[in-house]
Amino acid sequence: MSFKFTDENLNKIEAVRKKYPTALAAVMPVIYIAQEQNGYLSNEAMEEIASVLSIDKVNVLSVVTFYTMYHTKPMGKYHVQVCTNVSCMLRGGYEIWDQVKGKLGLDHMQVSEDRKFSLEEVECMGACGYAPMLAVNEDYFENLTKEKVEEILDSLK
Amino acid sequence: MERIVLPQIENFNTIDVYLANGGFDSAKKALARTSDDIIDEVKKSGLRGRGGAAFSCGLKWSFMPKTTTKPKYLCINGDESEPGSFKDRQIFEDNPFQLIEGAIIACYAIGAKVAYLYIRGEYQKWVNMMQAAVDIAYEKGFLGEKMKETFGTEFSCDLFVHKGAGAYICGEESSLMNSIEGKRGYPRVKPPFPAQNGLWGNPTTINNVETITNIPAIIKNGWEWFSKIGAPKHPGTILFGISGHVNKPGVYELPSGILLTELINEVAGGVIGDKKIKCVIPGGSSMPPLRGDQLEGVKMDADSLKEVGSAIGTGGVMVMDEDTNLLDVLIRIAHFYHHESCGQCTPCREGTGWMEKTLKRIKQGNGTSKDLDLLCDVANHIEGNTICALGDAAAWPVKFMITRFRDEFEKFVKPEVSIPVPNKVHSMRGTTAPLTNLQK
Repeated sequence: MSFKFTDENLNKIEAVRKKYPTALAAVMPVIYIAQEQNGYLSNEAMEEIASVLSIDKVNVLSVVTFYTMYHTKPMGKYHVQVCTNVSCMLRGGYEIWDQVKGKLGLDHMQVSEDRKFSLEEVECMGACGYAPMLAVNEDYFENLTKEKVEEILDSLK
Repeated sequence: MERIVLPQIENFNTIDVYLANGGFDSAKKALARTSDDIIDEVKKSGLRGRGGAAFSCGLKWSFMPKTTTKPKYLCINGDESEPGSFKDRQIFEDNPFQLIEGAIIACYAIGAKVAYLYIRGEYQKWVNMMQAAVDIAYEKGFLGEKMKETFGTEFSCDLFVHKGAGAYICGEESSLMNSIEGKRGYPRVKPPFPAQNGLWGNPTTINNVETITNIPAIIKNGWEWFSKIGAPKHPGTILFGISGHVNKPGVYELPSGILLTELINEVAGGVIGDKKIKCVIPGGSSMPPLRGDQLEGVKMDADSLKEVGSAIGTGGVMVMDEDTNLLDVLIRIAHFYHHESCGQCTPCREGTGWMEKTLKRIKQGNGTSKDLDLLCDVANHIEGNTICALGDAAAWPVKFMITRFRDEFEKFVKPEVSIPVPNKVHSMRGTTAPLTNLQK
């Protein structure tokens, strides 16, 4: 599957590139742009990032594999992330985790067959005072109860 | 009560309200003075970094070389990944322009032309908020080339928002710089320190978001005013993020040196169900925990907490009630550091995994009291033997949790029994055949 940046995204990359004195520094934002366009980071996408920025492919791969928010496999349309770190755990984070696991029938880093849902047990998301929490893609849902979780997951169509 | 970082003014996060309340006046004032003067003022104010190490901010700025032809940089650390810490997002949300103003003053003081604001990737919503605020600041002429007209000086600087991608280690200053440079977030060996050799090998200063947000208030009201707030050796207000078993968790801005008991019982509304406190971690998960029966008289500032054997860290207070299973908590913390270790240094990469596995063995009921000593031993071998402070951060909770709550952990382990071994010769280890032969 070949991958090419859209013209709109190429303009975005152009703008990002100006923020940094080196091309390599722009790699993180550009990976985000590619991930948004493609859904995940395929080999072709990573090669395209390298060629657009004129950097080595290995630089792209090394960054992609270091950070947890870059995915080299396709994730679900709704990427559900449940925090189970200490502050959330103290307020029932693991119950929420078990509930979400049961409801979606998925485990950590699994994707449903229809690619609608994927599930991840994440480390602290910085919502400790509003625990327990889960995030769907970029949106935070805080101060959760079992009913709220039901409601949130049911609303994801 | 003084509110410096989070003033209780409605819509303070909009440019109009911010300007109506004297916004960007401090920047104007600062730009009319010399940069040495500003550094001196901040130094005298006693402002200490809010990112964990509580290092003097003015002193840090003064390390920047004065006579250099290299470009200088300012990094603002909003990575905020420490479990228990969630204060910076409140600043992005409620007071973005004071942060921008602080960045302008800091850039001017250290002579930087470019500032990078590093925000963790999970905070997409807050990245958008900050980006919107930065765009407005550019539009209104508070950043970029237009600054020269607005402030009537020759100085101008740029502020760029850089989004992380979910690595706890990037909150470490040298790792953060590698991340901005587009590399894996590996911490660098120090020295050289960032002030000599930072971003792209150029002089760089790194400050926490909260530290930078304090700057405009210091310039506005003077160092004397600031140094009189809170504890004399750690002046100012601190954003305390209280989480865990309390009735009103959240972020509270309070003068430093406040009593921990007051913070928990009055500000945060006490423990849920009026239970007793078993354990409090006063500064985010990597700081040594305190026993619930030793909280009387503990003050929340860097020096006072050091005296009682902990540290202020990021001010993320985690409260655990008497029913908390500390083994579960420690397993979770150990898992976190195992997951987040970057893998550069062997003691941290391997040791964090060993600690997690040993703790899990205890959880399964297969631990002996010797395992508790083993854990402390592993922790001691990680601490101080790694490039960055993540090793220490991983070692402290294990070491101090076990030593301070030994009674608690002894409940989970079997007493040590000496198993009679027919032959303890090293070469016999793991071989059953020779042993059976011997027994014959």
